[in-house]
Amino acid sequence: MTKHPRTLLIVSAALLALAAPVRAQQSTVFLSSQLRPVESAQIMRTQILKGYAGKVEFVPEQPAELVVRLQAEKQAGKSTISLVAGVHGELQPLVPAGILTPLDDVAATLKARGFAPELLALGKFGTDHQLMIPWMQATYVMVANKKALPYLPAGADINALTYAQLADWGAALQKATGKRLLGFPAGPTGLMHRFFEGFLLPSYTGGVVTTFKSPEAIVAWTEFAALWKFVTPNSTNINFMQEPLLTGDVWVGFDHIARVIDALTKQPNDFVTFPAPAGPKGRGWMPVLVGLSIPTGAPDVAGAKALIDHLTLPATQIITASTVGFFPVTSAALPPDLSPGMTLAVSAVQKTGAAKDGIATLLPVGLGAKSGEFDKIFLDTFQRVVLRGEKPDAVLARQGAALQALMAETGAPCWRPDPVSAGACQVK
Amino acid sequence: MPIRWLPYALIAPAALFLGVLFVIPLVQTGALAFQVHDAWALGNFTRMTGDLNFADALRNSFQLVLVAVPVQLCLAMGMAMMLRHLQRGRAIVLWVWSIPLGISDLAAGLVWLTILTDQGYLNSVLFHLGVIAAPEGWLTYETPFALFMAVAIAEIWRATAIVLLILVAGVQMLPKEYGEAAAVFGASPWQAFTKVTLPLLRPSIQSALILRTVLAFEAFAVVMALGGRNFPVLVSEAYAWKHFNQDTGVAAAYALVIMAISVAATLVFLRLLRTPVEQQT
Repeated sequence: MTKHPRTLLIVSAALLALAAPVRAQQSTVFLSSQLRPVESAQIMRTQILKGYAGKVEFVPEQPAELVVRLQAEKQAGKSTISLVAGVHGELQPLVPAGILTPLDDVAATLKARGFAPELLALGKFGTDHQLMIPWMQATYVMVANKKALPYLPAGADINALTYAQLADWGAALQKATGKRLLGFPAGPTGLMHRFFEGFLLPSYTGGVVTTFKSPEAIVAWTEFAALWKFVTPNSTNINFMQEPLLTGDVWVGFDHIARVIDALTKQPNDFVTFPAPAGPKGRGWMPVLVGLSIPTGAPDVAGAKALIDHLTLPATQIITASTVGFFPVTSAALPPDLSPGMTLAVSAVQKTGAAKDGIATLLPVGLGAKSGEFDKIFLDTFQRVVLRGEKPDAVLARQGAALQALMAETGAPCWRPDPVSAGACQVK
Repeated sequence: MPIRWLPYALIAPAALFLGVLFVIPLVQTGALAFQVHDAWALGNFTRMTGDLNFADALRNSFQLVLVAVPVQLCLAMGMAMMLRHLQRGRAIVLWVWSIPLGISDLAAGLVWLTILTDQGYLNSVLFHLGVIAAPEGWLTYETPFALFMAVAIAEIWRATAIVLLILVAGVQMLPKEYGEAAAVFGASPWQAFTKVTLPLLRPSIQSALILRTVLAFEAFAVVMALGGRNFPVLVSEAYAWKHFNQDTGVAAAYALVIMAISVAATLVFLRLLRTPVEQQT
């Protein structure tokens, strides 16, 4: 009988010995709406997090579901997530919900990293506290095959192109090759809606929501429908512009920098990069700022802060830029031996940000789970006006009503470049 | 003495399984579809029918079923009849014919995508034969007929085998005496087929039609791989409303429409192809 307690003791000791290291190594859960594609997530785990001492569980999540999950965890009073990464507009709805903890101490500690001041300011979401630490940034750019350059309209500066010149360029390409060689990512998972929300409409109307059905917007859609005659009909199947750029089906294409990076790094000698075109009001462009926040009740605040420190290190910022095409938010100098493809990508982002006529347009702010329906309004307008050839004024009146209803329902105030509004942003 | 509750005990796990994983989600879907902001309303259905893709999705779904299912039935019937007359190698032929059955929907869609895409096998062959000078687009919004044919052919290729297997099973159960009697009375092979074989196969045809029609209304992966947004069907719209538009209410409304159509189609086939009482054995 004396044997039993001893066995029990040994078994418990063994179990404790097993359990102890597991407990000590409990991983920091890092939820991110960015780097969702399997390849990017793998790079995140194996390269970007490589030098980090702690254990991290990187969990990619759809933007809308990320917000829902954080809200649900707060309501349930049981948090599993210690660090969250998202685009500025995606994290914004978490601010009024009180889900983001102030990170003023982190911002002070990391001051020497040299964050761009305007990016740090965005991380305050208009409050007095730093609620988000900038992590990385990107934008959308144009990429052209060098074979297309001889057909550039006379007198056009590729770095200061207008939409009219882009249309002429497409026409010249079609005349010379018999093929439609402009490309837009209008496939099912493409980012075409961002082109309308951040590039075309701000360029023509100077706004997005308020000017949705203005006479300038009618001009924008009419001229874009005319330009579409020179766009490859495969565009509605294109999700990542790098693929048709590499196969040669598209000679001049628009997409998110992360979705053309493969083409640039694989065949850097074949392509040039330049900013998106300008319209009558200026050069609409959409900076994409990805930031890091710690949700309230995070189980591992110390781990999350250490992770923020690691992700904003100059070396990590450069690895991030060279692997996933998101660029430094700090003063981390890019190495001179940067690969030619990355140099193309960086120069496109820099030229876009430095354009004198630039109209920076934020990603939709404050729409939460309704952001998918917001995008659908622009995509439906595109489908009706451009693909089906319906009259723009009638379509804009109809879609404008849907947009107004959506803004009223969410109560989201206007975001840049629409003028600041007191209540919900109004379609004029 | 048989225990009276034993049969019930034996079917209980299956009934429980279906109840938990079918009836409960069905009730939840119904509740989602008829609720807007937690109040009972028909808003999801008006949004669905008012959407610009609804009419297209409905038309595409019906066209696909009306083209693919009859073709599959005819093909499978012909194949089953041919198999009947094979003396040797019957098993191998049947095995080869049922290969598409073992391939997942998405894989089948991707196989056809590699054939029909701009740089695909079809364009390569046509180019080498000198039929075309440059890649021809088959799957764009500008070529709706070619796109529809591509989806229909892929769907026919993928799912004819299931109809074939049901019919082959039915053919195997037919007593030889009927055919021999028809031959004795001087019936031509065609007469024997239409007057004897076809009526006797009615129950198998009924099962095959119900199964195929319901599944064809649910076609998704093949359609997504080949058509994407250019070829909306009811199921892909349900997916888009849930996944891209984040509106589960409208997605649930689509799901209910698909279910209603499937139930209606099943009832029609049950009624049209019912075996008269006097013919039941």
